[in-house]
Amino acid sequence: MSKRIIIDPVTRIEGHAKISVFLDDAGNVSDAEFHVVEFRGFEKFCEGRSFSEMPGITPRICGICPVSHLLASAKAGDAIMAVNIPPAADKLRRLMNLGQIVQSHALSFFHLSAPDFLLGWDAPAETRNVFGLIASNEGLARAGIRLRQFGQEIIEVLGGKKIHPAWAVPGGVRSALSAEGAAKIRAWLPEAHQTTQVALGLFKKVLETHERETQLYGNFPSLFMGLVAPDGTWEHHGGRLRFTDSSGSTIADQIEPRDYKTVIGESSEDGSYLKSPYYLPLGREDGIYRVGPLARLNVCSRMGVPKADEELRNFRSFGHGSVTSSFLYHYARLIEILASLEYIERALADPDLSSQDLRADAGINSLRGVGASEAPRGTLFHDYTVDRDGKLLKVNLIVATGQNNLAMNRTVAQIARHFLKGTEVTEPMLNRIEHGIRCYDPCLSCSTHAAGKMALHLQLVGPDGSVVKDVVRD
Amino acid sequence: MAAKTLTIDGKQISAEAGTTVLQAAREAGIRIPTLCHLEGIMDIGACRLCLVEVKGTTKLLSACTTKVFEGMEVTTTSERLQKYRRMTLELLFAERNHVCAVCVANGHCELQSLAYEQGMDHVRYDYCFPKWGMDLTHPSLGMDHNRCILCTRCVRVCWYIEGAGTKNVAGRGGRSMVISDMNEPWGDSETCTSCGKCVMSCPTGALFSKGSTAGESERDRSKLEFIVNAREKKQWTV
Ligand code: SF4
Ligand code: SF4
Ligand code: FES
Repeated sequence: MSKRIIIDPVTRIEGHAKISVFLDDAGNVSDAEFHVVEFRGFEKFCEGRSFSEMPGITPRICGICPVSHLLASAKAGDAIMAVNIPPAADKLRRLMNLGQIVQSHALSFFHLSAPDFLLGWDAPAETRNVFGLIASNEGLARAGIRLRQFGQEIIEVLGGKKIHPAWAVPGGVRSALSAEGAAKIRAWLPEAHQTTQVALGLFKKVLETHERETQLYGNFPSLFMGLVAPDGTWEHHGGRLRFTDSSGSTIADQIEPRDYKTVIGESSEDGSYLKSPYYLPLGREDGIYRVGPLARLNVCSRMGVPKADEELRNFRSFGHGSVTSSFLYHYARLIEILASLEYIERALADPDLSSQDLRADAGINSLRGVGASEAPRGTLFHDYTVDRDGKLLKVNLIVATGQNNLAMNRTVAQIARHFLKGTEVTEPMLNRIEHGIRCYDPCLSCSTHAAGKMALHLQLVGPDGSVVKDVVRD
Repeated sequence: MAAKTLTIDGKQISAEAGTTVLQAAREAGIRIPTLCHLEGIMDIGACRLCLVEVKGTTKLLSACTTKVFEGMEVTTTSERLQKYRRMTLELLFAERNHVCAVCVANGHCELQSLAYEQGMDHVRYDYCFPKWGMDLTHPSLGMDHNRCILCTRCVRVCWYIEGAGTKNVAGRGGRSMVISDMNEPWGDSETCTSCGKCVMSCPTGALFSKGSTAGESERDRSKLEFIVNAREKKQWTV
């Protein structure tokens, strides 16, 4: 019988990813827990404010995906006003979300993850980072940095500011795409395409020699969730929810995001301050699901753009039904960059993007509003309950990293099981656990130390709940 | 009317009797920072930002409510004044909850610009973090007490320009608050004409048009000035 220990937030070391590995009586790894910081405090803090302020406030939750919170928040606001936003506003928001996907995925791939599999898992930490990558493959590293800038540029030409653009508002957006902005993006597209192709070629080569990692880094059956269009096409801002299982069968489809509570349960554990969402009809044990690039590519029927669709076919050859290895999150990310570039190209040809009809105006017509959007890391929900005057009574946010929490636990357990000999916590094991976490690109400040290794705080917990070993790696 | 001669920062000035030091300074092109003053409505000297030194008294006087007199010698900038202006601003920030980054007035706020201008890079006092709420009951206008500095510009505009008399002040000291009618939800007010002049007059993000998000509240105060001018110069024939 193994025992859980109660995690006191105070024991968290600032900036360290905290991990508990649980051992059973025989000393084998029985479970693991990757402790995700949650937003409870933030939700409380918003109560009593006006819902229309939320697109300005929520991007401050997290410096890593402000755009995603902005868009989900504006969408929840649309629902409270019960308006159909002008088509141009929807297209512009989508364009911004595509920019966000490109910039975030590029950061994850080139800056944070590639150094591991290109420079070697056990390369010294001082060089296993983006600077090491620059030293060993300057062309690739620089191209990756530029690709991220391309995504940021889109966000900036639309929202004006790179980091906290309160540009999307309930009812629409504040401004259109300027002709100069469009020209800038258009001119940059070919280079972005080329970088993506290079990265795809490279990663496919990596896959040939990384059979073991593919098997080890979070390879287990689970469900997958993401937004899809009415015809099942890949979706990122709009559409409805679909769940598939590891055999690739759809188990729930076209669920309205506002009805998420019929499919998503949020377990709050005793003594823990995290919520771990699961697929409600199957319960917490079997209802574990993954979100994000891997999930979106598993749930969709097609990407809806030619080049990405071709890659999707190749991607699917790595699974029987669904692709179940979290190591392939990286591949999925590259395919999503590709799809985003194709969609951006399409969007730029649309004259609507310079329209001046951008904002619907209305009062409070619904006392609850749910906004869902695909953040780079997975489906993001903003659920607001307001009074007649639009004052927030309740705020519930479901973020991607929270939803992937159970899967991350399992990934860490899988890696630990493989590498842990007795109670000896070795550097190679920590490196691999670090990468296992990186596959999910969790939105934690501690996971984005671009320069250097991830600061980890790992505890081995014995069957009686006592800490057998406490390892802090800065 | 008799003219008075005085000096402001050493500059010789003549101003009509009954003129305030602030008016005289402005006419002479000398800028004095203000917050509760609003062109066109009476001054009450609430914010103490326009403090000046006048020779012959050790007290600091508010330029917006002090009348000129013959031979007056006024100083508008000195280390002492600088110190008090900064202190006043810091106290205003510490008194309620100002989170500029997410505020509707961000970038268009008089309090914020003055803080920049006076080099207020931090607040030396403990923040009070009082619990204030919002009044969002009015269909198109909103009030956030967290950002109110009790300058009463809205109250004066409501009484003396619009003539509705909806806005009032209730309470004492730091617990004072701007209310509507007899402290009812704004949306229930029978006197409010929904003219929006209070929103135009507010120097901060305390009053806003509903639906605005961060940094969206840009005020057009020229409209208020237009009304006052039109009335005083009898451009309207009613
Ligand atoms: S009212 Fe002015 S000073 Fe106060 S939070 Fe808003 S911008 Fe900042
Ligand atoms: S609401 Fe605005 S105008 Fe009215 S007293 Fe407060 S800060 Fe001044
Ligand atoms: S402007 Fe004179 S006291 Fe406020």
